[in-house]
Amino acid sequence: MIKRFAVILLLLGIGAIFTGLMVNYVPDKALNVTARYYAEQTAPDLGAANIVTAIIVTYRGLDTLGEVTVLFLTAAIVGLVLARGSSDEAPARRDLPPPGELLLTGTRLLLPLILLFGAYVFTHGHLTPGGGFQGGAIIASGMLLMLLSHPLRRFGHRLIAIVESIAGLAFVGIGVLGIALAGGFLDNRILPLGTFGELFSAGAIPIIYTFVGLKVGAEFSSMLVNLSETEDL
Amino acid sequence: MNLNIGMALLLAIGMIGTAIMATRGKRSLGISILAAGLASLLASVMFLLLGAPDVAMTEAAIGSGLTTFLFFFVLGRVRRGEND
Repeated sequence: MIKRFAVILLLLGIGAIFTGLMVNYVPDKALNVTARYYAEQTAPDLGAANIVTAIIVTYRGLDTLGEVTVLFLTAAIVGLVLARGSSDEAPARRDLPPPGELLLTGTRLLLPLILLFGAYVFTHGHLTPGGGFQGGAIIASGMLLMLLSHPLRRFGHRLIAIVESIAGLAFVGIGVLGIALAGGFLDNRILPLGTFGELFSAGAIPIIYTFVGLKVGAEFSSMLVNLSETEDL
Repeated sequence: MNLNIGMALLLAIGMIGTAIMATRGKRSLGISILAAGLASLLASVMFLLLGAPDVAMTEAAIGSGLTTFLFFFVLGRVRRGEND
């Protein structure tokens, strides 16, 4: 009874806080100082059409490196915890129901499109919404479809690990190049900015986001593969 | 503008409904997981309405796509363990 009462009280409190926020909310008429700086300086400084990407990859590039590191640690820990129960041999003793015709044909049709779309999202991160994280997640969902339609197939852990390592090294390497050739760590002006709005523009942003996309895709894929291959924990 | 507010209200009601279904639903764990995924999908449409397409893409791909299937993977694993 006391527990129930406490829950209701907590909900009412949260509701009161949010109502207070909601009632006193007045939309800004103009952008504040930081937002105005980003909105005005992104195009001339960095040549990126998508301001969000410019902030994530360049202005706040170090935070992105941190996020990628957190994701890498998560994938590594999932691999570490699940590796004890994994069995490389005799996958056939699982008696799974066979995947349906719909799933198999759908996978064959959709998988190339999904992978292509993922690659499109992270290579066009500086022009359209999306970027490395979104593209990587889309690629990983393609891998998930493959895992669902062929549950007994084994994936190359080595290949995933190599892609992830190279992408991570290249990401940090480009960041260090920024210190040497341009204004600082992860500065995108180590390459010419190019014409605003074209695919090969905005300096190193497309390259950095491609590596981030590959890294995120490889990390999510390794988590999914580890989960699906684990048995009898 | 009014259309946007109406749609946002509908989305909010839908999100609250699916969230209650996900946490308090008595039918089955599978339906709860699907309801949680649906709440994420509605949230991603909400982000799109609020003018944040980047966040909407992340929410749709990770929140409603990968997480839902991750839950199903784990649920299947737990069930198979129960039968042994």
